[in-house]
Amino acid sequence: MERCVELTLVVAASTSIILVGLIFLFLFREAAPFVQHPGLSSLMGDRWIPVSFQKEQFGIYPLVAGSILVTAIATVVAVPFGVIGAVYLSEVARPAETETLKPFIELLAGIPSVVIGFFGLVVLAPLVKAAFGLETGLNAFTGGLLLGLMAIPTIMSVSEDALRSVPASYKQASLALGGNQIQTIWRITVPAALPGIVAAVMLGMGRVIGETMAVMMVTGNAAQTTFKPFESVRTMTATIAAEMGEVPFGSDHYRALFWVGIILLVATLLLNIVAQRVLKRYSVRQ
Amino acid sequence: MTRSTSLMLLSCALVALPLTGRPSYASTGSRTSLTIKGSDTMVHLVSTWAEAFMRTNPDVEISVTGGGSGTGIAALINGTTDICAASRNIKDSERARAQQNGRSAFETVVARDGIAIVVHPSNNVSTLSHDQLKKIYTAVYTRWNQVGGPNRPVLALSRESSSGTYVFFQEHILEQQDYAQSVRLMPATSAIIQSVSTDRGAIGYVGIGYAHDAGQRVKVLRIKATESGPAVAPSEATVRSGEYSIARPLFFYTNGAPTGAAKRFVDFCLSAEGQRIVRETGYVPVQ
Repeated sequence: MERCVELTLVVAASTSIILVGLIFLFLFREAAPFVQHPGLSSLMGDRWIPVSFQKEQFGIYPLVAGSILVTAIATVVAVPFGVIGAVYLSEVARPAETETLKPFIELLAGIPSVVIGFFGLVVLAPLVKAAFGLETGLNAFTGGLLLGLMAIPTIMSVSEDALRSVPASYKQASLALGGNQIQTIWRITVPAALPGIVAAVMLGMGRVIGETMAVMMVTGNAAQTTFKPFESVRTMTATIAAEMGEVPFGSDHYRALFWVGIILLVATLLLNIVAQRVLKRYSVRQ
Repeated sequence: MTRSTSLMLLSCALVALPLTGRPSYASTGSRTSLTIKGSDTMVHLVSTWAEAFMRTNPDVEISVTGGGSGTGIAALINGTTDICAASRNIKDSERARAQQNGRSAFETVVARDGIAIVVHPSNNVSTLSHDQLKKIYTAVYTRWNQVGGPNRPVLALSRESSSGTYVFFQEHILEQQDYAQSVRLMPATSAIIQSVSTDRGAIGYVGIGYAHDAGQRVKVLRIKATESGPAVAPSEATVRSGEYSIARPLFFYTNGAPTGAAKRFVDFCLSAEGQRIVRETGYVPVQ
């Protein structure tokens, strides 16, 4: 009996590990035949033309560049808001304020991404167009803004935890030496919590790079290799979402999409691993 | 059972799950169920047909899903749908894959669809030829003044590459050339209408039903098949008569000639009643 319960618990606890393993296995199984034909080198190109009467091309550079550009813009947008917000919540705000603000931040994290995407298409894109005098608001910048919005809750809550775990003795020492509150926050608390904040930013980036629906609706999805923020880009996630439903089963295109998926999974996995490492190694011990 | 074997069994079950195909054409009691899968363009039309058909044929239960022409054809190849609705012809490669699976794709034209070219209402261009459209979508022309319009950049919009309309436009207007990399691929027709109605340099293609529904928000262009030919506005009359050149048939594909409930349904779609529904949903009857 006891063994039975123990077994159930082990299975339940290891489900996520098994699932990740199986997902990897499944991805590689579907992607593997691409290595023989047409060969991995055909992924190294700057033209993603999967539907063509001429020659199908599966160069992933434009997709990788698109994901990097949108993620970079989102990070630049989200980090100041997320980190400053976290400092305010943990160090400055009165308990009553924290209790009002936190539910709203959590609410922002809970809005379905397709709703945010629709907001982006109808509201944000015209605003970006008007603000910068562009021909259209469907570009990487709008996508980055939207994703930044979505990453703020992640960055803010993880940073806040990091800031709160800075030992009170550090702050007391600073205040006792005559430092005022602002000096204590920026010279003592934030530097002490920096590893946690860095990890928060990386987790936020992980969220951004894997986001699909919102980015698909506002970036215009033109597969061009560019790092200009006001150009249209096509991200890896949008490519998989838009094309996987229609792709002929077992075709080169199908397998190429699985390679895009593998690259995406490895990228998010690396970001998460690095973030966990940073958190673990440099976290402040009380 | 030891710990490791139970883990193994669990993983086997999970791996096997996606491999088991769903048997199609299942009879549940006295009711026959019929699945129709395919073109997003046709979902509205097909589900209207299905509703009308089920009212008079209560012994048949029809489920209609979209996903795109490619999805529908893939489902027909895998045997997970009885009828595939497609807004493009089946490709040779798909036909070959069907044959490998021991299936054949039988084609029936059930309706026609016209593709309207739409621009921002402020654009003074009102006519384009096939050649001009091709040059716009392959980025040979990048400014509107190259086709007699204002001096501003062209913002070419297309459906996603998974759309049957994308392939149709590529084949018939781009003459099988690739779209330029700068062409923006929009996830839905509504997103194209949204962008064309707000961005002054935008041009896009949508089904004529959608273009008429959009009303004053977009401007529908007249199209010339050749440089010297007449400029024709898209309408039911011009699509049916063949005068309007960017039009396409809409298909049903079945595994071999339709039989049983599938045949009754296809016959219904082609009947006077079925073709009346075609007109009501914004498409053009075959006759």
